[in-house]
Amino acid sequence: MSEQSLMAADRPKRGLPRVNPVYVLVLALIVAIIIMNPAFGEPTGYMNFLKRVAALAILSGGALYVIVSGGFDLSVGSIMTLTVIGSSMLASNDPNSTYWIIPLMLCIGAVIGVINGLVVSYLKVPSLIATLGMMISLNGVAFMWSGGAPRGYLPDTFRFFGRYNISDLPVIGLLPIAVICLVVFGVILWWGMHRTNYGRLLHAVGDNPLAAQLAGVPVRTVRISAFVVSALTAVLAGVILGGRAGVSVNIGSGFELQAITAAVIGGAQLLGGRGSVPATIAGALALEAIFTLLNLLGLAQPVRLVVQGLILIGAVAFATYQRKHVGR
Amino acid sequence: MTDTSLHAPARKFRFERHASTILLVAAIAIYIGLILALGQTRFLTLENLVAILSRSITLGITAIGQTFAILVASIDLSVASVISAAAVVTSVVMNGDPAMMIPAILAVLALGAVVGLINGLVIAKLEVNPLIATLGMSLIIQGVLSYYYNNFAGKVPVEFQVFAYGTLGIVPYSLIFMFALAGLAWFVLRFTRFGSDIYSVGGNQEVARLAGIKTARVIVGAHVLCSLCAAIAGIYLASRLRSGAPWIGAEGVYDLESIAVVVIGGTVLAGGRGGIWGTLAGVVIFSLIDSIFNVAGVDAFVKQVLRGIIIVAAVAFYAARSRRLVA
Repeated sequence: MSEQSLMAADRPKRGLPRVNPVYVLVLALIVAIIIMNPAFGEPTGYMNFLKRVAALAILSGGALYVIVSGGFDLSVGSIMTLTVIGSSMLASNDPNSTYWIIPLMLCIGAVIGVINGLVVSYLKVPSLIATLGMMISLNGVAFMWSGGAPRGYLPDTFRFFGRYNISDLPVIGLLPIAVICLVVFGVILWWGMHRTNYGRLLHAVGDNPLAAQLAGVPVRTVRISAFVVSALTAVLAGVILGGRAGVSVNIGSGFELQAITAAVIGGAQLLGGRGSVPATIAGALALEAIFTLLNLLGLAQPVRLVVQGLILIGAVAFATYQRKHVGR
Repeated sequence: MTDTSLHAPARKFRFERHASTILLVAAIAIYIGLILALGQTRFLTLENLVAILSRSITLGITAIGQTFAILVASIDLSVASVISAAAVVTSVVMNGDPAMMIPAILAVLALGAVVGLINGLVIAKLEVNPLIATLGMSLIIQGVLSYYYNNFAGKVPVEFQVFAYGTLGIVPYSLIFMFALAGLAWFVLRFTRFGSDIYSVGGNQEVARLAGIKTARVIVGAHVLCSLCAAIAGIYLASRLRSGAPWIGAEGVYDLESIAVVVIGGTVLAGGRGGIWGTLAGVVIFSLIDSIFNVAGVDAFVKQVLRGIIIVAAVAFYAARSRRLVA
């Protein structure tokens, strides 16, 4: 980091204010969507969009903690699946069960996060492999639990978080609970990452673990806690997604890579040391907005994949270029 | 190394070097022990050994390529998509016509080379994180492929199925081919300048650059080899399935499994240390684990849970001793 700031001092500063390009991207995409489909400008349009993006946005915010600390968490998608499957198996159509199921799921999530963290920091297994193993195992557990096909369904009290809208509000009309969750957890994640000493330790560990250790940072504890945050947000995302979309056995698959994509679009640096929660949430919005736009253009699912791939590479190439040439 | 052996009374046992052998021996011991305990000695035949080995030829060929990518401190997540694409191109170009066998193989190899070239250039020149670069490439290939095909397409002529089904005595040609490929890869890594450059760049890219190695070329070369191997694996799979479909690579999870196998074989994810024989040991360990589960009659879902745990445990077996910090 010091090297970069030295280099920056040598170069003439650019005149433009330094706005993270992801915000410009989101704005441009939303303008494009509104031009294509004016109904998107109505509260029902954008509120439904935010409702759809809530799970991914919260998940990405949590995944960012692990990314900033210098690792990867590939197990989040399977934690989401486990949350949805486990909840539907435990609920057995009892509306009151929600009040103990969600805390129980959070506990399970915390345990998974601790295991991930312990394996990475004490057994020294690279996080890519550790969380990959966890992903494979958890998918197996979800299958075992449900017996291969999902039975039972989620009670309405559980689906409240993902599905319910508060309607007849002044100005905005309706407000989905999922959007409230997004704002609340987004602020908590932002606060933890950017306004506490813990957040600073996280950045320090990700930037240079050896330096952090020599400076007295409890590297292992910080790493473990990052995995716990990530697993907890995965449970929350699972609750919201399950509420919105219902039960299926592979509901969470693919989310781990989407979360990493969102963080990367938001300018997070893989292998640690740099990342911002609001920008990551904006990255999730951008990703979902791109998909919405492609849908509006009538492009098929395969095209979505191609576009996602191009954006992923483009975003990182752009960020690298910027770091090298602007010295940011 | 000669230095220490002169001064030290006994040469120090290099654990990391032998860990994959230890794991392999342990897996074999468990397998044989289990068979003896269950009294199912019919599994203890040469035919069964060959069957175990031939079960993971696709994974083996892919993992040989992945070893190059990981040794150079990169990684390739696009292999599964390349396998699918290669299998589909093979069966569509051949389309049951034996005369088209050579053009089809050349086309697939060209495809693999181009994908590897792009991967390598994006990683080495644009300095995009290899995980992201190859993940993006994987999405692009998968998207293009499933835009045109959504089911098994084309057909492999009977003459070409010999590659997967033909045998020399009891040993399938494809198994011999895999070991020949591994031998070639070992030769490249051990005796050529490119091979030693791979270890240097993987060990420390900056130092390698200062020592005058053209690091970008080495990275691109490693990725071209990796994608070529994936393409060959796709050709094999098309020959075995008699046709290619756009999901066969993703279904086999060859991207993540090939990485797991390479790492279990003792190649370090951070690059610069490891080798081909470790990778092959990892492949055999994987098939042995499957066989152990089958013999023991483990439930399919329990099998999956155990598989995840074993991958982590096997890697922890090496890594727990290292004093370096990992992420």
